[in-house]
Amino acid sequence: MNDMRLLERDVDAKDIKIAARKVQVYYADTHAIKDVDVDIEDKTVTAFIGPSGCGKSTFLRCLNRMNDTIDICRVEGDIRIDGEDIYDAKVDPVQLRAKVGMVFQKPNPFPKSIYDNIAYGPRIHGLARSKADLDDIVEKSLRRGAIWDEVKDRLHAPGTGLSGGQQQRLCIARAVATEPEVLLMDEPCSALDPIATSQVEELIDELRQEFSVVIVTHSMQQAARVSQKTAFFHLGNLVEYGETGQIFTTPQDPRTESYITGRIG
Amino acid sequence: MPLLWLILIVLAIAAAGYVLGRSRALASAGGDIRQLHSLPSYYGSNAALKAVVPALLLLVLWLIAQPLYINSVISGTLPDELISEGSSRGLLMAEVSRTAQGLDLAVSQGVIDEGVASDPAADFNAMTDRLKQAGAIVTSQITQPVLNAAQRYRSMSHTGTAIMSIAVIIIAVLGAFYGIRQSSAQFRARNVVEQGVRVLLVAAASIAVLTTVGIVLSLVFNTIEFFRLYPASEFFFGLSWAPSFSGRGGSSELGVLPLLWGTIYISIVALIVAVPVGLFAAIYLSEYAGSKVRAVAKPLLEVLAGIPTIVYGLFALLTVGPLLVSIFGDGGVLGVSWQGGGRAVITAGLVMGIMLIPFVSSLSDDIINAVPQAMRDGSYGLGATKSETIKQVVLPAALPGIVGAILLAASRAIGETMIVVLGAGAAARLSLNPFEAMTTVTAKIVSQLTGDSDFASPEALVAFALGMTLFVLTLGLNVFALYIVRKYREQYD
Ligand SMILES: Nc1ncnc2c1ncn2[C@@H]1O[C@H](COP(=O)(O)OP(=O)(O)OP(=O)(O)O)[C@@H](O)[C@H]1O
Ligand SMILES: [Mg+2]
Repeated sequence: MNDMRLLERDVDAKDIKIAARKVQVYYADTHAIKDVDVDIEDKTVTAFIGPSGCGKSTFLRCLNRMNDTIDICRVEGDIRIDGEDIYDAKVDPVQLRAKVGMVFQKPNPFPKSIYDNIAYGPRIHGLARSKADLDDIVEKSLRRGAIWDEVKDRLHAPGTGLSGGQQQRLCIARAVATEPEVLLMDEPCSALDPIATSQVEELIDELRQEFSVVIVTHSMQQAARVSQKTAFFHLGNLVEYGETGQIFTTPQDPRTESYITGRIG
Repeated sequence: MPLLWLILIVLAIAAAGYVLGRSRALASAGGDIRQLHSLPSYYGSNAALKAVVPALLLLVLWLIAQPLYINSVISGTLPDELISEGSSRGLLMAEVSRTAQGLDLAVSQGVIDEGVASDPAADFNAMTDRLKQAGAIVTSQITQPVLNAAQRYRSMSHTGTAIMSIAVIIIAVLGAFYGIRQSSAQFRARNVVEQGVRVLLVAAASIAVLTTVGIVLSLVFNTIEFFRLYPASEFFFGLSWAPSFSGRGGSSELGVLPLLWGTIYISIVALIVAVPVGLFAAIYLSEYAGSKVRAVAKPLLEVLAGIPTIVYGLFALLTVGPLLVSIFGDGGVLGVSWQGGGRAVITAGLVMGIMLIPFVSSLSDDIINAVPQAMRDGSYGLGATKSETIKQVVLPAALPGIVGAILLAASRAIGETMIVVLGAGAAARLSLNPFEAMTTVTAKIVSQLTGDSDFASPEALVAFALGMTLFVLTLGLNVFALYIVRKYREQYD
């Protein structure tokens, strides 16, 4: 798998990874996402911004079919990852989620040890050949989650005993451990201090070498710092999507402009 | 009737106090509610509380104290020679108070008039007939001293009750006045009522606690009494249970071990049935079932919990027992002849297990539902399947609660009686064979206390020791459950 990715990078670093067309999401009768078309590039950080309740998390959850777990939620339209329709009956959502990892808005470590939290995904998917291999994966993931130094002496302490920010980095490390191709991050830094935030941002930048990263954020600065592409959502519509620099300097839509300058909140 | 009247009068005084206190407070503020410290109704409630609480407290205390006082006074005046052979002062006093009640009854029915009833020189023979005529329970012939004592008893309690009524009403009126006097704009009626409510709640809580303490103490004292008559070592370590009622002690063997073994064995069989079924049902209901299935299945399961245990007992006796015999018994389907009769450990255990299923499932279901969705999402987000998520995330997170639920189910199993009486038989036996009849502690408590039993004999008192054993057992189990839950409690957020 890794070899294939390397090959891909050699051919074209900016393939379209995810292509969404005419996506509609309904929660019972609420129309939460309306007609969203978007192309998310491989090896790119794409930021979703927009006021609270505009549907950023909802759209993000469509990309790994997490919305399937909500009874009242209905998704229509066409979402393709690497050209394959992920809502096709043939696609196993479980397999899909292994490929499209997710970090949630609220940290949700399992009530297990730190080690077991990270090892959870690799164990399920049989990624480790031996105990030593698993140890390696755990260490590597924790390092990438910028939390190794803080927990290396207490890998067998419960993950729920960490601070909120540490838990969030643990969840990032946990998501990274399964080696996804796409990483969806829903406000990963909302519980973090500036130092941890910049560590996570570094991590995101690093992950971009291998993955496609989609990040939801409420911080304009963060979107500007980490992303190459930015999508602005408003009331369930994708208002504007383009190069981050262009969105922040010369927005085309008046709504985007007023949101960025702080007039819609 | 007078007591009811008295209470109604006190309540009427309280109502008047409410109205007056409220209006006085309003008046003191010139009709402007905003000038008052509290809402007007608080001033009213304050006056009403001040009228009711002390008055009723006095009433209750008086009602308790008066008979005690009168009894001691009258019984002091009874000469010793009246107490016949084989009787006691207490029995004599019981007769006196019965006669007094008989007199009251006769007067109220108009069989005799008040003058005759209180005439110390009245003919006691005629009086006996009259009382019998009025339907009063008079043992035999009333004697002159008893009649006189009864008359004194009556007059004393009449005066006592009259004084009590007056005192209670005075206290109520004084309290109401005090409350009304207090009603002025500055008075913090709201805080006072708050205090009153608090005292009420504390009182309710202490009644619950004190009752428990009382029950435990009575168990303890009777158990101690039992151990005076029967050696504790034989009770705790005796391997045989063979009480004899005819022999009046001595020949009885009262070893608790066979009963304890039966209890534990049947409970284990019950848990082996109830825990997997209940737990899997809970997992299905909370994780897999759609909302429609859930809406039907959960109440249906809980109906099982509402079936009285005696019905389960019948079910064990009439259906499950014969069914098991037809499988494991002589000439049964399996061709083995393990089970002799319908009553067996396995019968009672199976049925008790069925009884416990809803208990385990509905508790576990609540606990599983309490595991935050975020935890499941985290697992699904990593590409785990549903059963992987349940096995590795949901159940470990819910485990302490589930263990607690199981232990609670176990203590119910230990305390269960009817199913055992009907399903497991009455033979106290130390055996490993689940197809044999056995019995439990609870079933034996029932059989020791039913029928003619002399409450001073070890054969009857053993029931308290058994009850105490059971109590300690379930208490230990509950404490252990709490300990487990505390120790492994997971913080979700
Ligand atoms: N589980 C749900 N059931 C019903 N409605 C939902 C559910 N989740 C989200 N919604 C609705 O969908 C809309 C979009 O919600 P979403 O969570 O996607 O917003 P968001 O952009 O992520 O907001 P925030 O920045 O506050 O996280 C909201 O109107 C919300 O009320
Ligand atoms: Mg959100």
